[in-house]
Formats: sequence, C-alpha cells, structure tokens
Amino acid sequence: MKNILFGVRSTVAAALVFGLSHAAFGATDLTVYTAVEAEDLKKYAARFNEDHPDIKINWVRDSTGIVTAKLLAEKENPRADVIWGLAATSLLLMKGEGMLHAYAPSGLDGLDSKFRDKSDPPTWTGMDAWVAAICVNTVESEKHNLPTPSSWKDLTKPVYKGHVAMPNPNSSGTGFLDVSSWLQIFGEDGGWAFMDALHENIGHYTHSGSKPCKQAARGEVAIGVSFAFRGAKSKASGAPLEVIIPSEGIGWDMEATAIVNGTKKLDAAKTLVDWSITEKANKMYNEGYAVIGIQRLAKPVEHFPDNIPQAMIDNDFEWAASNRKRLLAEWQKRYDSKSEPKS
Amino acid sequence: MATTAVQVGKGSGVLKSKSSSDDRVMRLFILVIGGYLVIALALPLYAMFSKSVFNSDGSFVGLSNYFSYFQTPALVYSIKNSLFVGIITTLITVTIAFILAYGFTRSRMRGKPLFKTIAMIPILVPSLLPGIALIYLFGRQGVINWALFGNEIYGPIGIIISEVFFTLPHALIIIITGLSIADARLYEAATALRASRIRIFFTVTLPGVRYGLISAAFVVFTLAVTDFGAPKVIGGDFNVLATDIYKQVIGQQNFEMGAVVSVVLLIPAALAFFVDRLVQKKQVALLSARAVALEPKPDRRFDNIMLTYAIIVSIFILGILGMCQFAALFKFFPYNLSLGLTNYQFDLMDGGGWNSYFNSIEMASYTAIFGTIIVFYGAYLVEKGKGFGVIRGAVQFLAMLPMAVPGMVLGLAYIFFFNAPSNPLNVLYHTMAILVISTITHFYTVSHLTATTALKQMDAQFESVAASLKQPFYRTFLRVTVPVCTPAILDISIYLFVNAMTTVSAVVFLYSPHTTLASVAVLNMDDAGDIAPAAAMGMMIFYTAAGVKVLHYLLSRGIESRTQAWRISVAN
Repeated sequence: MKNILFGVRSTVAAALVFGLSHAAFGATDLTVYTAVEAEDLKKYAARFNEDHPDIKINWVRDSTGIVTAKLLAEKENPRADVIWGLAATSLLLMKGEGMLHAYAPSGLDGLDSKFRDKSDPPTWTGMDAWVAAICVNTVESEKHNLPTPSSWKDLTKPVYKGHVAMPNPNSSGTGFLDVSSWLQIFGEDGGWAFMDALHENIGHYTHSGSKPCKQAARGEVAIGVSFAFRGAKSKASGAPLEVIIPSEGIGWDMEATAIVNGTKKLDAAKTLVDWSITEKANKMYNEGYAVIGIQRLAKPVEHFPDNIPQAMIDNDFEWAASNRKRLLAEWQKRYDSKSEPKS
Repeated sequence: MATTAVQVGKGSGVLKSKSSSDDRVMRLFILVIGGYLVIALALPLYAMFSKSVFNSDGSFVGLSNYFSYFQTPALVYSIKNSLFVGIITTLITVTIAFILAYGFTRSRMRGKPLFKTIAMIPILVPSLLPGIALIYLFGRQGVINWALFGNEIYGPIGIIISEVFFTLPHALIIIITGLSIADARLYEAATALRASRIRIFFTVTLPGVRYGLISAAFVVFTLAVTDFGAPKVIGGDFNVLATDIYKQVIGQQNFEMGAVVSVVLLIPAALAFFVDRLVQKKQVALLSARAVALEPKPDRRFDNIMLTYAIIVSIFILGILGMCQFAALFKFFPYNLSLGLTNYQFDLMDGGGWNSYFNSIEMASYTAIFGTIIVFYGAYLVEKGKGFGVIRGAVQFLAMLPMAVPGMVLGLAYIFFFNAPSNPLNVLYHTMAILVISTITHFYTVSHLTATTALKQMDAQFESVAASLKQPFYRTFLRVTVPVCTPAILDISIYLFVNAMTTVSAVVFLYSPHTTLASVAVLNMDDAGDIAPAAAMGMMIFYTAAGVKVLHYLLSRGIESRTQAWRISVAN
C-alpha cells in the first residue's frame, strides 16, 4: 500500500515537472475564468491575440454564480490566473477573502471612475455594465390585454398577476442585482414592500438571469425581469420583444477584470489586464454593451434603449457585497418558503 | 470452497505453496480494489460529513449548521416536497410498470419485443429531457396545454410526470423478473380448484411478486427523491432537496449548508437501500428448484386489453421523445415553426459546444472500459478469493454503498476531498480522470451485482480443478471465468457507458472547461433559457446511447453464439 502511494506521488511529481518545463518553452498559457457570453469568447481571445500572440488564453466559462462558486471553492488552491468578465460584486467578495492581486494597469486614468475598485492600487477594473431591464413580449401582452409597463411600480398592478418572471437572487447574479437596486431606489422598507407586492404577480422565479427574458421571447411568460443585453440579443434573433428601462432607474453591475493572488504567471496576467482596459478592448465591449469603461468611446448599440446611461442608479457595490448574506436570507424567508405545494 | 482448498492443500505440499503464492497476489489485488473504493468513496464521504460540522472559517461548530438548517422554513419544506414527489411517483410508476409487466409475462399479446424495447428508452436519455418535452407539451405555449385544465406544469405535476418517465424502465425490469419466476404448478393447482381469475391474481400472483414490488418501489423512490434533472428543468418554485444542494453551493457558495442538505438527502436514500437489501435476502429463500415455468394461455380479450395498454404507455414515451426532437428542429418556437438546424449550433451557446458532446463520448468510453475492468475484477476477488475474509467483506460493503449515495452528494464530496490542497490527489481535480472515477463509483453497485450474479453461476470446482492442475489463478480467470461471463461483462460495460452519457448529478460539480459534458450542457443551456438547443443536445445523447445499445446487441449475439454454446447444451 505504501509503495502504491509512493508510486502515485512520483507520477504526480513527474507530471508537474513535465508540465512546468512545457510551459517554460512554449507560449504562456493563461487560465482565465469568465462569465462572458459563450458566443463572444472566441472573439475576445482573437482580438487579444492580435496584439499578444505569445499568450494563449484557456477559457473557463460558466454563469456568474457558478464561476463565483468555483473561485471560492478553490480559494486554498487557486486554478485561475486571471478573471476577465465577472460581476464586480463577485470580485468584491473575493477581494474580501484576499484572493485578488492588487495591480494598477497602465491606462487606469482613462477609465470612468465608476469602473474601478476604490482601493489604491485597485484589485479590479471594469469592462462594461450590464443593466437591469424588463423584457415584454408584445404578442402575449396583446393576447392577455396587458398594458406596456413603464416603471417597476407598474409591475405590481393586479393586471399582471401571474405574468411576470424574475430570477431568484439566491441563484442568479442578476436577481441579486435587482433586489439590491430596489432596496437602494425605494429605501430598505419601501424596497421590501415593493417586492411583497411584486411577489403577488410573479408567475415563477428562475435560477438564471437571462432565462426570464428568453422565456418572454418564446412567450412562455409575458414579462421577464432580466437584463438589457439579453433582451437586445433576443430581439435581434426575431423575438417579438420590447426592452423597457423602468422610469425609477435601473440596477446594474459591471463585468470586471482581476488578477488572482498567487498566480505563477504574473507578467502575462498583467499584460492581459493592461490590454483589457485599452481603447481597442473597450470598442470590442461596445459591440454588445451600450455602457463601457471608457464611455466617451461608446456608440449606440442596436436594439438597446438609448436612455440607459442616465437611468443607471448610483449603485453602492460595497454596500451590496457586505449586505449580500443578510439580504439573501431575508428574501428567502419572505418569498422562497411560499413555494410549498399548493394542496 | 475454502474447505476444498484446505483439503487439497493437505494432500500435497507442492500445491500448498503454489496456492499460497497465488493467494498473495490475490490479496495484493484485493487491497488495490479496496484502496480504490476507499479513495473514491469512503474518504470523500468522510470529507463531506466533516464539512457539515465546520463553519466557513474552518472551525468546528458541532451540529450548529444542522440547527440553522432546521430553523430555515424554506429549506425544511424541501424535505416535505421531496418525500411528496418520491411517494406519488412511486405509487404511479409501480402501478403502471406492474400492469405492463403483467401483460408481458401473463398474456400472449403481440409485439412484446417491440413494446419492451420502447419501454426501455427512458434509460437512454438524461432525466432533464422529459422536463424539456413537458414544457413544449404543457407550458404556456404548449401544444396540448389544455390537457392540464389550467394547472401549471411547472412544479410538482411536471416533476412527477418526468420522474415517472425516468423511473419506469427501472421498475419494469425488476417487476418482470419478479413475475417471471412464477411457478406454473401453483396456477395449475388454483385452476384445478376452480379459483376465479381475480382470486388467482390476489392469492397467487400478487404474493409471488411482492418482493419484486417492494424492491421496485424502493428503487423508484430513491431515484425520484435524489434526481436533480427534472426538478431543475420543470420544478419552477417547487424546491426539493436535490435542487437545494445546487442552490446552496452554486447560488450562495454556502458549502457547509450544501453539505448539511447532502446529509439530509442521504438519509431517505440510505434507508430505502437498506430496507431493500433486507427484503432481497428474504426473496432468495422463496425460490424453489422444482418450479415449472409458466406459459400464458391465449385469451383474445385479455391479450387485446394488454396490447392496448402497452400502446398507450408507448405513446407516452414516444410522445415525449418525439416532442423533444421537434423542439430541437423548430427555428423559433412558437413564432416560427419552420424546421432547421439552427439549434444545433452548440458552439454559440452555453455549455461548451460540440466539444461537450465529444467529451461525453470520451468520458463514457473510459468509464465503460476501466469501470468494467475494476468492477468485474473486484467482484471476482470478492467472490472467488480465499481467506482475507474481513477485507473481502469490507470491499463487498463498499461496493454496495454507492447505491445509497445520491449523485449530488458524491459530486460535492469529491470537491471537498479532491480539491483539498493537502491532498496529493488534487492533481486529479478538473481532469477527465475525476469525471471517470466519480461516474464509475456512482454506478458501481449495479455493475458489481451483475458481475457477482454471473460469477455465482459458475461452479466453484473450476478453481479447484485448475488449482489441482497447478494452474495459476489468473490463467483460470482469463481462460475460463472471463469467456463464461462475457455476457455479464458486456452488460456492465454498456450499463456504464449509457449512464455516463446521461448522468448529470455527480459530474455537475466536477466538470472543467476542458471537460464539459453533453448532459451538463443540456442543463446549462436550459438554465440560460436556450431550451431548444438543450433539447437538441439531449436528443444527440439519446441517439448515441441508442446506437451503442444496438451495437452491443449485435455484438453480444455474435459473441454469445461462440462462447455461450455450452449453456444450450446444458439446458438440453
């Protein structure tokens, strides 16, 4: 038994040595964790390689919740070198755990002040903002005689009963973004009162943030609380959708970039993070997102409502991150326990 | 067996030394297999139990995680919901399966092989697939959603229909076996006593099959309670334990609470398993060597009723499958129903694209090859090995344990164990190897039982004769045991392959970007709302599993005609 164990260990050691020497001779491989939409990943890597062909990106892509869980699970033994394209609120969690390497990338001054960690040097820098929005299926609305909502409060009117879907904040980053923004817009008591009323109209809660909009696109619900990017994409693919920016203002979060503490490839990681805030990168983000880190470069994006930058609330990310546990528990207590079988 | 060896040993000194060097090799191998099970099963489970009594900072908190679990109403409702789904599914599935099995064994209806094949289809698809089909059938835009009379498919109704679809073949296999061992002499006696058909049913048929029914009920219950796919896809806001684990770990990164829910989920599964083992032991005593096989007599009316019933069940199964295939081909349901292959552009979706599909085939092949070797050899050592009784008993126990461990629990346990920085095995984390190991372990028990059953049928004298001819045990193993057991070995490999293609629960925590799997891609695409591509990928899994199954059928017929001829001559 001891011999077998020794055998395993020496194989492991051999594999490690081989792996390291391999890395030293070839191009640098960077393991990059991301929640960027799957369809955009190849483009991102290709554009980066136009300027830095010697660094190969190995993507680890999953939804925000899963990538965050993975990173936290691997806290003691990180596998990622860089995080490129994950919610800032998730990165703040990791910052709190001391998992991020503080680094001021060159060109930091060009970024909008919202789009960077407040610490100096920052632990993360922003890429683009994804904003909450309401996806309304025009065909279904007509069928059920639903007026088009123009504000969050509209969604609590009895006429919408059973026609609204929203993401469960306990499993979706977008869901949490909604909840934390409502509490900031309406104040803590007003926010919960709003959600109490909204809960009466909710047909079902989903696990993912893009699902309500995709369900609205197929007419599975009439109205999906989701984010604008998803609505614009579904509209582009032919869904009878209207993307609404509610008048009270919208919550938002940004996709952001950070270096993982303890990476053995710090130089390559810095190169990538430097590139991630260049004008070229920002123009690339602008192909899908209306609001980007260097906003003066931004051009309007098709199917996106044009009043987004004005509607974005002054989101307090630190507050959201530090109150996350409490808010999620409160939400679960209020709305999740009502999900028992209706007998 | 042991006494034979001892007597032979006494007779000749040479033989004794020969068999003891054999023994040493055998003991080494059994330690290897035992070591595998300890690393792949016992230690990860231990890691999970210990995680449930620590807090996120890593300090020991005793049972306080459990207290806070039971003080959270939302989480405790899930226990009730899981039991509710489990019990209703069990009642429905066992009833449907029993009537179908009754038709297969007690009537002379036409088309039995065809209907049996159709009834086995659900084994070849991931449990997410029926949920997806139900959304297309009964969702808000569903093609026949009037059939629900305004009820919502999202929730217990959808979960239960999906689970019935998913568990039906498992119940059917067990109940057919139970009904097949009926003794024709009892029926003759009953008929001679002029008992009515109904009376015979209640006094002969039902008591005869009762252990099969109990066993089927426990298997269905365990599957329904621990399944993750159906509630994830169609559960809506109806929380069950399996989705709670996912939400705790993936949504809230609360690994400690995930471990607590895992332990809670382990309880009903383990309980059902051990009760079933007790019942199984009793059944063996019931079989009589002098039983005469029952040949059903033709009865036009009864045969037609059974045929109609089989057709209805087949429509249910094929309807769900067909709906999925159409869902995959519609360009934009329900607004553009023209057909096309746009939903097969997996590279534009979540879930890893076409790579996932090929990864799944690779993973399933490795699982089938290595799993069959490990399982069969392990069963051989437990069954035919000499001495070392305690270790062999321990291996036997570990081999039975995976049946009681839900996949979600195993997957989570693997994260805790294999990603610990102090564990030298953590190089396995994020590799294909860990997916293969977890899948072999997850499906170990049924494979092990198949191997054990085949090995038990072999006369123990093969080994003693071989020993007296001074043949080393491995020669007997390769020249006699393996060829004789070829059908069982093929069965094990196909079982492992198909399950590796369709499984979601354990691997959902373990895949990496380079090892995304088709079944997980179905889950992730559905999660992102891309339900049509999810259906398309699910059908790819089905076609692959079905293709391999057909290949297996042809192959096993060819091999059987060559290696199993002796069985026919024995029967004659």
